[in-house]
Amino acid sequence: MEKFTVHTGVGVPLRRSNVDTDQIIPAVYLKRITRTGFEDALFSAWRNDPSFVLNQDAYRTGSVLVAGPDFGTGSSREHAVWALKDYGFRVVLASRFADIFRGNSGKQGLVAGVVAQEDIELLWKILETKPGTEVTVDLVERTVHADDITVPFHVDDYTRWRLLEGLDDIGLTLQHQDEISAFEATRASWRPRTLPAKHLPSVEIEAARPTV
Amino acid sequence: MRRPDLTLATEDHNTPTLDIDLPIADETSRKQIDTLRANAAEFGVRIHSLGDADQGIVHQVGPQLGLTQPGLTVVCGDSHTSTHGAFGALAFGIGTSEVEHVLATQTLPLAPFKTMAITVDGELPPGTTSKDIILAIIAKIGTGGGQGYVLEYRGEAIRNLSMEARMTICNMSIEAGARAGMIAPDDTTFDYLKGRPHAPEGEDWDAAVEYWRTLRSDDDAEFDAEVVLRAADLEPFVTWGTNPGQGLPLSANVPVPAEIADANERVAAERALEYMGLEPGVPLRDVKVDTVFIGSCTNGRIEDLRSVAKVLKGREKAKDVRVLVVPASARVRLQAEAEGLDAIFKDFGAEWRNAGCSMCLGMNPDQLAPGERSASTSNRNFEGRQGKGGRTHLVSPLVAAATAIRGTLSSLADLDLPGDVDLTTFDGSPLDGVGAPGFDGDAPAVVDLGLPVLSVGPQA
Ligand code: SF4
Repeated sequence: MEKFTVHTGVGVPLRRSNVDTDQIIPAVYLKRITRTGFEDALFSAWRNDPSFVLNQDAYRTGSVLVAGPDFGTGSSREHAVWALKDYGFRVVLASRFADIFRGNSGKQGLVAGVVAQEDIELLWKILETKPGTEVTVDLVERTVHADDITVPFHVDDYTRWRLLEGLDDIGLTLQHQDEISAFEATRASWRPRTLPAKHLPSVEIEAARPTV
Repeated sequence: MRRPDLTLATEDHNTPTLDIDLPIADETSRKQIDTLRANAAEFGVRIHSLGDADQGIVHQVGPQLGLTQPGLTVVCGDSHTSTHGAFGALAFGIGTSEVEHVLATQTLPLAPFKTMAITVDGELPPGTTSKDIILAIIAKIGTGGGQGYVLEYRGEAIRNLSMEARMTICNMSIEAGARAGMIAPDDTTFDYLKGRPHAPEGEDWDAAVEYWRTLRSDDDAEFDAEVVLRAADLEPFVTWGTNPGQGLPLSANVPVPAEIADANERVAAERALEYMGLEPGVPLRDVKVDTVFIGSCTNGRIEDLRSVAKVLKGREKAKDVRVLVVPASARVRLQAEAEGLDAIFKDFGAEWRNAGCSMCLGMNPDQLAPGERSASTSNRNFEGRQGKGGRTHLVSPLVAAATAIRGTLSSLADLDLPGDVDLTTFDGSPLDGVGAPGFDGDAPAVVDLGLPVLSVGPQA
């Protein structure tokens, strides 16, 4: 996972609360077998509306989403985070997040920063009066800076550390490479391996046919 | 990918069970399977594809190839991975991100599980099977009763079970909410493994058995929870509702919700009965079914097919009942054909299919129509599990067979058997007069084998 320390990008005001995972990405997109390329799915219902914020030129390249409370409620689908990231968002700020969404974000390197609702209102005002304003999110200091204001945000220490170090779960585990290799070296030689493959002689399998 | 040599892939959930030599008709399934094949080729993962003699449901393929062995940690992106616990392996299902984690690191970070001992004392009455044991256990502890636990099944009745029957029990641990279920390996386990393609040989075999024998709970081991059942009290069990915990002995009546004291359970029962289209108080024996499904990773093994064939042989199918027999793997199919079981099924009027999950989850074309009722040897009776609006009664293979004959939920005791027939002969042993040529039964799919688990005790 890429390290995250400070990010500066266009802020997008999303004046809605309870943005659930079905609004972030509708279930029809979940049948895809890929894990990337979900940018078209993000907020897909709203994107048909020309007045939707991401359809306005000033915000199109946004990477810091400033949303209302209870962002990411609903299903556990990791696709919600993938879609935000695929679109180009690095940070979502809200006063409250659904637990699973916050957990999934941490795993995927998306910063879900908790900002007091009055500060969200301040940010919205700036982003709406001066569309295209850049927002700087500093994970080291845990601050958000836009125009003339700087406000604090919260992420838990563990998630912050992982993001700063750029460690995903796999990266974290691979810090134990040596222990894993040492453990593997103790594996008795008679223990099974799938390769090289051993099996009974192969036999032709007759295809069953419909009986009616 | 860290260890392709400890990884296996097979095709099971959405493969067709008919016309397997033709391109898969369903586009999504075809694409998924094509992707799996391409990924397996790219990363050098062994895969058993449709048409291969070792293709089949992963929980049959691992054991039959001898890849599932005592003391291993086995994971797979499927909740019924608990099946492999029958060999004294720690085996459990994992989610998509966890699969990725395992493929990349061959480890999983885990919090320790709690332990529950389930002791089944005494001997099973004739005509009852391991499926009845596990349905009774789930009815007793509930579908959430095992949450957070690994279950260890033990006691005389468990020790007397064959490997196939043990797999049936461990398979359904997940339906009790448990992450895994296991049974201490013993001579039955070793006899099953001996000679299988990936079983150790010669001196290695001796070393392995010596180690495997140590894989049992101490006599004075303390568990976080204990449950005791008397096998002698058991009889054939069936489910009447929409979760595996809503089960009763076949001799009982459909529950009357008004008589259920607990308000939540009452509401759940009302809703279940409505979905199932069942009248309260009706004897379960009078419930008429449209379809009998014999198969799945719970009961699609050679022993299951043998015991079903013994019941069906020379008898007549109930009119209008569709009977589907789907072996758990292609090897099981071959074995059954070598023993002549397929002829018995076909003479009876059953459909004999290629291997796969089939109607267990209705992800391929094998589905119930809305309102159709099945007696199914699978493991989940959730709403719509076997097809939208389909109604599922979970049963043992013997009950499924008897039901196929009578058309209503039935056990061996309901059949007109000559008075001198001993019910214990309807077991999983080969039918008289057939030789098992060449090989015996079973062969494998996605599974680790010996993955080091961080932060859980000495897994070895
Ligand atoms: S047979 Fe059913 S329960 Fe078993 S692996 Fe297939 S779908 Fe899952």
